[in-house]
Order: sequence, then structure tokens, then C-alpha cells
Amino acid sequence: MSTAEPIVSAAPQTLFDKLWALHEVEPEAVDRPALIYIDLHLIHEVTSPQAFAELSRRGLSVRRPDRTYGTIDHSTPTTPVAEDGSRNWVSSDAEHQVATLRSNCKAWGIALEDWDSQRRGIVHVMGPELGLTRPGMTIVCGDSHTSTHGAFGAIAFGIGTTEVGHVLATQCLMQRKPKTMAIEIDGPLAPGVDAKDVVLHVIGQIGVGGGRGHAIEFCGSTVRAMSMEQRMTLCNMSIEAGARCGLVAPDQTTFDYLQGRRYAPSGEAWEQAQRHWRALVSDADAVYDSHVRINARDIAPTLSWGVHPGQVMAVDAHTPASPDADQRRGLRYMGFGAGDAAIGRPVQVVFVGSCTNGRLSDLRQVASLLRGRRVHPSVRMLVVPGSAQVKRDAEAEGLDRIFIEAGAQWREPGCSMCIAMNGDLVAPGELAVSTSNRNFEGRQGPGSRTILASPLTAAACAIAGRITDPRDYLQEAAA
Amino acid sequence: MRTPFSRLVSKTMVIDQSDIDTDQIIPARFLTTTQREGLGKHCFADWRYQADGSPNPEFVFNHDDAAGAAILVAGANFGCGSSREHAPWALLDAGIRAVLAPSIADIFRNNALKNGLLALPVDESLYQRLLQRRGHAVEIDLQRQGIVLDDGTVALFELEPFLRRCLMEGSDDFDFLLARLPAIANFEGERAWTP
Repeated sequence: MSTAEPIVSAAPQTLFDKLWALHEVEPEAVDRPALIYIDLHLIHEVTSPQAFAELSRRGLSVRRPDRTYGTIDHSTPTTPVAEDGSRNWVSSDAEHQVATLRSNCKAWGIALEDWDSQRRGIVHVMGPELGLTRPGMTIVCGDSHTSTHGAFGAIAFGIGTTEVGHVLATQCLMQRKPKTMAIEIDGPLAPGVDAKDVVLHVIGQIGVGGGRGHAIEFCGSTVRAMSMEQRMTLCNMSIEAGARCGLVAPDQTTFDYLQGRRYAPSGEAWEQAQRHWRALVSDADAVYDSHVRINARDIAPTLSWGVHPGQVMAVDAHTPASPDADQRRGLRYMGFGAGDAAIGRPVQVVFVGSCTNGRLSDLRQVASLLRGRRVHPSVRMLVVPGSAQVKRDAEAEGLDRIFIEAGAQWREPGCSMCIAMNGDLVAPGELAVSTSNRNFEGRQGPGSRTILASPLTAAACAIAGRITDPRDYLQEAAA
Repeated sequence: MRTPFSRLVSKTMVIDQSDIDTDQIIPARFLTTTQREGLGKHCFADWRYQADGSPNPEFVFNHDDAAGAAILVAGANFGCGSSREHAPWALLDAGIRAVLAPSIADIFRNNALKNGLLALPVDESLYQRLLQRRGHAVEIDLQRQGIVLDDGTVALFELEPFLRRCLMEGSDDFDFLLARLPAIANFEGERAWTP
């Protein structure tokens, strides 16, 4: 006779598994998804009004205004306020949408970074900047690029407006646990190659639907060596591979970034937080549902040639020589032929900004090439900082002068030409090189054509007025 | 309370393209609304209308024989891109009740099902069959979890049980979540560490 010892489950876990378990109010069952607690809910003007209206309709309250935080970014003009205080709204609807968020936040006691705030910014730039985004959290927002916040070792994902309502009312969501995927990137990045090139390359490898149903953990020596801003660029575009979210285990780089930020813990709480954060790593022998290995040495400056972020190539490569039906459609829309080079193609617009590449390090990259040079006369170039903080920091370094003297427009912070719903548009037929995240048909305006690229590549194209290999300028600088 | 969804019989309309993104389903310039209603006229606006605003005769929505079709058949990775719930709102407002595609992007699918738009992945052979039978009647039966074509083809599908129940009852997560509020408060009170 023996008393059965309880079997201690020591199955190795991935970081995602650990974070998920920390937020399970109730585990999933056959007949219902898990109940997952949400630590931080970010809201903006576009995807929240109908959720607040639903709360009113049902007579419900915002349960945790202290875990909810708002900004205005999507439909806001990026031109400066006029002397009479008026703003260049694209429509009265856009103005009404922002006013609706303002009154909802006021009614429920939710913090909102409004026009007059020095902390306003694109929601995915603002959250990390203020230290709202922290390791170990679950973070949601009615915006697919919420995956950005995963760079801090958080589960962060975009939701629809119905779920915005669920979180407002209960601070929880019903979710089936996604599968896990490791994307392990090793080796040093070549000169002229940045996080944007890495993530475009990754999407090209696994496909625009390759991450569907999965939480991606980015790991490997390349990722370890990346700054927080680079990791944010990487995680930001995990949704462009169709993933539920992307994340990176927190480390000293993460802690150094967070220390001293407005909402980061301080004093004893900071020490305590770090102890918890350091445990947020995948176990050495954890098994992922799939595992992709990428050699960083294989990554060149990368750009998109088609109509989704999986249709990419090295800047000096050629479009597919034998395209399938979907590729043919992409080529036709973009005005490319099969087997064409991109280099040399005239460019009409260059856009630097967005939650993907609108941070200070991105602007520094652009300024490093524009310094002492001119934007080509046939190019209209917009540089739109990701937040008021980015704008101040850039101006303190004189980056704004470099952009303006080169002939670029230096704008107020916002999503601007990335989603092109505030009136910042690429005209029909124009070709834009953009540091944003989506090159879908008409994304930057009806009939617009978008080539996604890194800030450095965008700067090179702006100077040349054509698609250009940014390494040409690096060599020039070195010579 | 939505209309319960148990069975749908309709002819199909087909867009045989992969990776149809939410910017096509509802372009961003129409997202300045604060309403859910009225987006149907903008659904697929840039494919459906020409630059002068007239209907594009090439696009399936404008074909005479597509009138009244409530089932959209489309290529893989349908609904990729943004989380805008305006995409399923627009499709529903345009008369679409179900989307059948070889694969469907996660956020779009979730948003669709929560609004009573039955977004169902189908296997490649059924997709090919649906292409061959474009415009013909298809029956989707949520009770039996089956899709029946008018040539007798029958395919069974999986659907997350909770979402299926919500669809069939015309209910949603809200009531379930609100009933869990005591458990949620407990969780908040008992967390060893709040990040």
C-alpha cells in the first residue's frame, strides 16, 4: 500500500504560457474559452465610441478606469493649430469622434492625453514611453498594432470594439489560448539593416498568414542585442504575419528603458518589480508549437514590392520572375512587372512615422542621411513624430532643423499617412516609400501605392527621388 | 439580443483572391463614424466603385446575379490586417451573413462571430468546389455543423462551442462575463503580484 505522491508538474513552459497562467481568472473548458484578466486597456477615438455606447445601452459602468488610458491619434490633424485655435480636421465626423472620446473619458474618470497634453502620442508609442507598458502585463487596445507592447515581455494584442466593451465593463476577455511559435534570430545585423528589415524579412519567410493562431516569441542573439525601440518595431509587425501577438522576454535592456518613466515603479517597488520581471523567460527546454530559425546575416535592407507585407524582397533583388495569381495582382497594382528591379523607380512621397517607426531612434536614422543633403525636388516628404515626447526630444537634438532644411515637412504627432484617415494622403497612382506597416491597396489613400521600408531606406529614397539602396549612402559616408 | 443563427441558405458570391484585408472590406476613411450602422454602402468601396463614384461592373457586388447573395466565398487569409470591427459591421450591413474561406485572419474572425457573421474556414477541396459552383445555393447548418452544396456535397465544420452557442442563441459574451464579476473581483484580490 502506498500513498500516491502528488505529481508535481514540472513541464517546461514558454514565456507566453507563464504570462497566460498569471492572468487566468478561470481556465478554459471544452465548452468555453478561458477568462483572461487585462492589466492595461488603451483606448483611442476610432474604436471606442460604439463600445461606450453599448455600455450605456446596457446600463453598465467602466469597471476599472484606473486600468484604462486614452489618447487621440488616428483621425487627428498633424498640421499645427491655427492662430485662432482652429484645427485642420479632415471632417466634422473626425472632430466629433475625438469629442466623443473626450466626453466618455470625462464621464468615466479615464485619463486622456488630449491636445494640450505634453504626453499625447500614437497609442503604441505613448504606452511604453510613459511606462504604462510593463513586463508581465496583459495589454489590449482596439488596434491591431497593440502587439508592439509585447516587446516588454507582455501579452499584448488588438481587439475589436465589442471586446473593448467587454474590457471596459469587466476588465476581462474570453479567449482560447493560442499556439506558440519561436522565431529565433541569431547573428549580427549587417550595416544598413535595422529591425524593420528583420521583421519584413521574417514576414516574407513565414508568410502574411504564417503566424495565424500563434503567439510569436522573438528570441536569439540578434533580438537580445536590439534596443527597446527595435524590439517594438519587431513586435509591432507580428500582426502583419497574422499572429495573435509577438513578445520578447524582458532583460536589462527592458529595465533600463523603463527606469524613471512616469508610471514605472520606483524605490522598493522598482526592486520588487525587477525580481518578478527577471522570472519572465521561457524555460530552457520549453517546446513551442513551431520554431523558425533565421540567420541575421541573410537579411539585407528589405522592402515590399506588392500589396501585403509578405510580398517583400531585398532592396537590390527583383520581383518574382514567375508570379502566381496573387503575386501578379500585387505586381499589377504596384506597376511592377515580373522580374523587375525596384531600384531606380521614381518615388513621389516619403513618409517617416507611425507606431512602427515613429520613435526617436528612427528619426535619428533618417536625420543621419538627410544631414547636409536635400530631399529630391520631385518628392514630398513627411516626418511625423510618434508622440509629443518624440517631437520634443527630436527638436532638442536639432533633428527638426535637419528635416526642414532638407525640404521635408515636420509635423505634429499622430498616425498620419500610415492609416491616412486624417487627410494626410498619398494621391492616386503616386508611389510612396513608407516606414509604416501596411502596403495594402489604397492604404495611404485611394489608388495610392506603398513600399514599406526602414527609416534609413526611406531617407535614401527621399534624397535620390528613386528607390535606392541605403548602403550606397553608408559607403559614401565611409569613403 | 441578435437574431439567432441556426441555418442559412443562400446563393454565393465569390472573390477568388487571397489575403483580402480589412482596408479593402472597409477603407479607413470611413472609420470616423461613431455608429455601427450604415457602413454597408462603403463595403469594398475601392473595388466596388470607380473613381467617379459609379459602380465598377467588374466587381462581383455589382453583378446582377449576386443580388441577394448572403454567403461570400473568398480566398485564404480573409480579413487580414486591422482589428476594425467596422469590417464585419460593413459586411453584415451589405447583406453578408457568412464568409467561407480556406483560412480567416484571427481578429477579423473573432469580431465577425461576435456580431453574428458566420466566418468559417473551409478545406481546400470544399473551396475549389465552391468556386466551381459559384452563384449556386449553399446551406450552412449550425445545428449539424454542416455545409451542403446543391450538388449534394456535404462538409462538416468545427466551431468553438461557446461561440456556436452564442450564435445559435443570439446571445453574446457580455452576459456570461457579467455573471463572472465575483470571480473577477476574487482574482484581483488574490493576485500574488500585479504587474
